[in-house]
Amino acid sequence: MSSTTTHRAATASRKIEQTGQQKSALAWLTVPALIFFVVFALAPLVGVLVLSFANWDGIGAIGAAGLENWSSVLSDPGLYNALGLTFLIMIVSWLVQTPISLLLGVFTAGTQRYRAALAVLYFLPLLLSSAAVAIAYKALLDPNFGLAVGLGLPFLAQDWLGVPQLALGLVIFVIAWQFVPFHTLIYQGGVRQIPKSLYEAAQIDGAGIIKQFFHITLPQLKYTIITSSTLMVVGSLTYFDLIFVLTGGGPGNSTRILALDMYLRGFRANLMGPASVIAVILVVIGLVLALFLQRLGGKDKQGSQLEGL
Amino acid sequence: MSTVLQSDSKTAPATPPGHSIKAKQSLGSRVKRLNIPGGLGGWIWLAIIIVPIYYIVITSLKTSEGYFGQNPLALPTAPTLENYQLVLEANFATYFMNSVIVTLGSVIPTVLISFMAAFAIVRGRGRYLKFVNGMFLMGLAIPLQATIIPIYLMIIRLNLYDSLLAIMLPSIAFAIPLTVLILSNFIRDVPNELFESMRLDGCSDWQTMWRLALPLTRPAIVTVAIYNGLHVWNGFLLPLVLTQSPGLRVLPLGLWTFQGEFSVNIPAVLASVVLSTLPILVIYVLGRRQLVSGLTAGFSK
Repeated sequence: MSSTTTHRAATASRKIEQTGQQKSALAWLTVPALIFFVVFALAPLVGVLVLSFANWDGIGAIGAAGLENWSSVLSDPGLYNALGLTFLIMIVSWLVQTPISLLLGVFTAGTQRYRAALAVLYFLPLLLSSAAVAIAYKALLDPNFGLAVGLGLPFLAQDWLGVPQLALGLVIFVIAWQFVPFHTLIYQGGVRQIPKSLYEAAQIDGAGIIKQFFHITLPQLKYTIITSSTLMVVGSLTYFDLIFVLTGGGPGNSTRILALDMYLRGFRANLMGPASVIAVILVVIGLVLALFLQRLGGKDKQGSQLEGL
Repeated sequence: MSTVLQSDSKTAPATPPGHSIKAKQSLGSRVKRLNIPGGLGGWIWLAIIIVPIYYIVITSLKTSEGYFGQNPLALPTAPTLENYQLVLEANFATYFMNSVIVTLGSVIPTVLISFMAAFAIVRGRGRYLKFVNGMFLMGLAIPLQATIIPIYLMIIRLNLYDSLLAIMLPSIAFAIPLTVLILSNFIRDVPNELFESMRLDGCSDWQTMWRLALPLTRPAIVTVAIYNGLHVWNGFLLPLVLTQSPGLRVLPLGLWTFQGEFSVNIPAVLASVVLSTLPILVIYVLGRRQLVSGLTAGFSK
């Protein structure tokens, strides 16, 4: 990056002068983006920490609360329920989505026309808003007029939104339905970047497709897997819209993940202080997970791995 | 690696010994294409994707008699657009306009200022630019939804609560990190000689940015514009928290309230789902190649 501004033809003094000019001139170009980011993303990040020590009902004056919010939230079993659910949905979603996306990515990376056509259709769920997806699934799962009758599959006629385990399973399925297409696309791109010569060499050696997959495709996709997993894992902290519309956190609190818990405490119960505590926890989890996943990529690749995000 | 992969007669049964290398290769690649489990999985996933979408579309065209009387997956015997009419009468045109305003009002500034920042980050040097780049990268790792409460507070204090601008400002901020990242990946791919020749022609950085970098990164710009547009168009939390009046609802919010009011009329609810997705579908059809190739290039590096 830095070598790009080197001016070979210039004398040393001119070089310094020019880079100096260029640096200051170019630095200005970042100012608008920086202002927006600092004011509406970074400052709120600090703000949420401050508010976690404050009393606020969302309308009236803001007062100091000391450690009250933290002690009340940390001693609330609801927090641990939400934390457990968030991690459960995160891990199961990862376990479900990664193999499917990877295999579909390998599959759609093939050059046949029909695979390209399938890839076009795979992308469709990504166009729907989470609200639309959730609303559509409520209709789809109607025991009398939905898919259960349409497909003649009686086991689909369950009280999906009324039984905790079923609601949780449904949430995980719908999340996969909506987000697998995106990760398929990432893997498709990753597979296409694997040098063809590797496969040719393997074929000459007589390796079958299964061996090729495990000895070439999978190792070559290491960084793609880390990128996709990071997006998946950090993204899972924000599955708010879908769960809010689909289950509202219910039945009971069985799908009340952290992001939803934050919203309901803050904007339904008007307890902005405790809600901010939850938000801080969310931010910390996100950062820790992202850093952890970057480490998996190895220290030497860390810089470029972040670029791949 | 070659020793590990040597002669596996089980998984490559269709490659008989004794062929010339060339024949073996072409045959081998054909074997690879005839990936039966992969193909099966691909078609199964297609069914998982398509059946719900098919159900949504056909049900939205059914009368209530058709909905209650017919097999749910049968084509409507008397297709009707009355559900769509009902949806349009429920103020969807307003929601649509609001979504258009919010989306354009977020995406255009986002792309513009992110492009400028990406250009500076790639072409400039120094500690300041490194720091800015690092900050945007960190922004990627933060679940920005977690900042909704302070944003709500700020928007109230700025007297922007219950306005479309209230949705746009944080949307821009949230979109900047990823947009800068993808655009800087593309600007980095512009050959240095081109920048050199612009400089020798006496162009300033400002001119180089608009006349060289911008045209050359246009595919990436289309990609991030569509990607961000999709996010803002489908965004739910910001409108939910930052607006209140029915006249300022964006489509996902309108969809949600419509569903609450018309929960018994499923065909109409599904018609609202189709209608809210239609504009995005059109854009996807028009810009698909660009979006898909840009996204894979942006994420798979």
